[in-house]
Amino acid sequence: MKALRNLLDKQKPHFEEGGKLEKFHSMFDAMETLFFVPNRVTTKGVHIRDAIDMKRTMIVVFIALLPALFFGMWNIGYQHFLSYGEHPGFWPMFWYGFLKMLPIIIVTYGVGLGLEIIFAQIRSHDVNEGFFVSGLLIPMIVPPDIPLWQLAIAVAFAVVFGKEVFGGTGMNIMNPALLARAFLFFAYPGNISGDKVWISDKADAFSGATPLGDALTGHFDNLPSLYDMFMGFIPGSNGETSTLIILLGGLFLLVTGIGNWRVMFSVFIGGYVMGLLFNLWGYNEYMQLPAYYHLVMGGFAFGAVFMATDPVTAAQTNKGMYIYGFLTGMIAILIRVFNPAYPEGMMLAILLMNVFAPLIDHYVIAGNIKRRQKRLKLATS
Amino acid sequence: MSEEKKEREPLFSPKNLKLIKDPLSINNPITVQVLGICSALAVTAKLKPAIVMAISVMVVLAVSNVVISLLRNGIPPRIRIIVQLVVIATMVILVDQVLKAFVYDVSKQLSVFVGLIITNCIIMGRLEAFAMGNKPWPAFLDGIGNALGYGIILIIVAFFREFLGSGTIFDVHVIPQGFYDFGYENNGLMILPPMALITVGVIIWVQRYRNRDLIEDH
Repeated sequence: MKALRNLLDKQKPHFEEGGKLEKFHSMFDAMETLFFVPNRVTTKGVHIRDAIDMKRTMIVVFIALLPALFFGMWNIGYQHFLSYGEHPGFWPMFWYGFLKMLPIIIVTYGVGLGLEIIFAQIRSHDVNEGFFVSGLLIPMIVPPDIPLWQLAIAVAFAVVFGKEVFGGTGMNIMNPALLARAFLFFAYPGNISGDKVWISDKADAFSGATPLGDALTGHFDNLPSLYDMFMGFIPGSNGETSTLIILLGGLFLLVTGIGNWRVMFSVFIGGYVMGLLFNLWGYNEYMQLPAYYHLVMGGFAFGAVFMATDPVTAAQTNKGMYIYGFLTGMIAILIRVFNPAYPEGMMLAILLMNVFAPLIDHYVIAGNIKRRQKRLKLATS
Repeated sequence: MSEEKKEREPLFSPKNLKLIKDPLSINNPITVQVLGICSALAVTAKLKPAIVMAISVMVVLAVSNVVISLLRNGIPPRIRIIVQLVVIATMVILVDQVLKAFVYDVSKQLSVFVGLIITNCIIMGRLEAFAMGNKPWPAFLDGIGNALGYGIILIIVAFFREFLGSGTIFDVHVIPQGFYDFGYENNGLMILPPMALITVGVIIWVQRYRNRDLIEDH
């Protein structure tokens, strides 16, 4: 670490005002603050500066994502070899998935960070940390065989129209990672929906349908066991299959205080309540599916833990978080069961609720003001 | 006699030319005034309907502008909106019938949006803001200018949407088959209306980037 510090200190004058590489100041700053906590202090007034800044926050989320990422790599290989009826052991499977995921991750970070740096230079502000986590989320919510050029366009779209036009990190209305997936979903549906795409290079004879696909088409006898779905031994997007591993990541987020339990739990409760309501109705076989099945199928857990909790796009007030999360869970299950075009509703539910989050906050705050005014009136009268 | 001649403006005086030029750039009805957006979203999935729509709007706007300008001193102010609407509606019905007679397939594609030219805010806006207070010739130029400004945005948006969304221009395939063999795919999102909005947004972005005067102060 000391050698790194020395190296950075030696290079620093070049990037400061008047130095020959002044133009690339924002890039240097991004690198320096990535490795070291910045030593800047406030000069006026009394402030307490915590060691935790946005970069540190992002890294915690990054670490929470890693288990699901590694499990996803293994699962890509597992599903691929399973479709051929082979079982070559842990490392070949992991290695296969690793080689599938690596280009996806490189393209996502390359395009996303490239655009972030370009915008930072044009607007002469620092490079935002925002893409650090988005860049890992995107590879985890796409199928393993996604064409890389399509991914690149989707990432560019998400960064430019999801984030930069609103003013960069922290100003976006919708979750950029989900926006990238939504772009792929609507622009190139052939590569991100149906039952052909979820297993990398699968054998033709093998059914590659996800549990959600099976459920929507009424093949309930094909549905994997609850244990398999909970553990994640099912086809699906790269990193979203294992509810167990995702919950571990979520636990890590809660323990470190980065994630918000209000949103997380209310999403699960919303989904479960909607499942129960459908059970009561019981109009068709999909509605009779036990409610807890919904929580382990598809990307529900991943969305609840890593997507809905995004502090920028979620509701900000405590009461608002409950409403936001609950409705997200409910709408996700509603879309799953009712809409034949969309087997998975989590993405659309979260994007929709992202748009409504400021409205929810507005009414929560308005309600609070009203309540306190009433109290004031009672006290003074 | 000679004095009267002096007062007469040439047909294409700088002032009159400005009526045509301004709506094309700094006073564009779509990108600056943000009027007529709805039809821009609806008819721009392909170039052909967009161009037909642009021409229809041009005819309606130019003729109604001239008619209202001729009538402007005889219209009682209290019922002027109704008079304007009668003129626009008459023109729209005429245009609709002509389209049905000569380009039936495009008329089918445009469906209700030809009829909805009546409610196009650009037309009402120009009649109210310009034709009611100006002579027929400037009113005619103003109508042509604003319709051109509207049409050019429509055509730019439709070009990108058709090119990227269907891989065609005027229904002719322009992206070589080799690209498709190599894995290229048409972007299905471009066909959907949201992308029209985003494309218009990009045009506004580019225009404001090039012309800083258009950026509002906060």
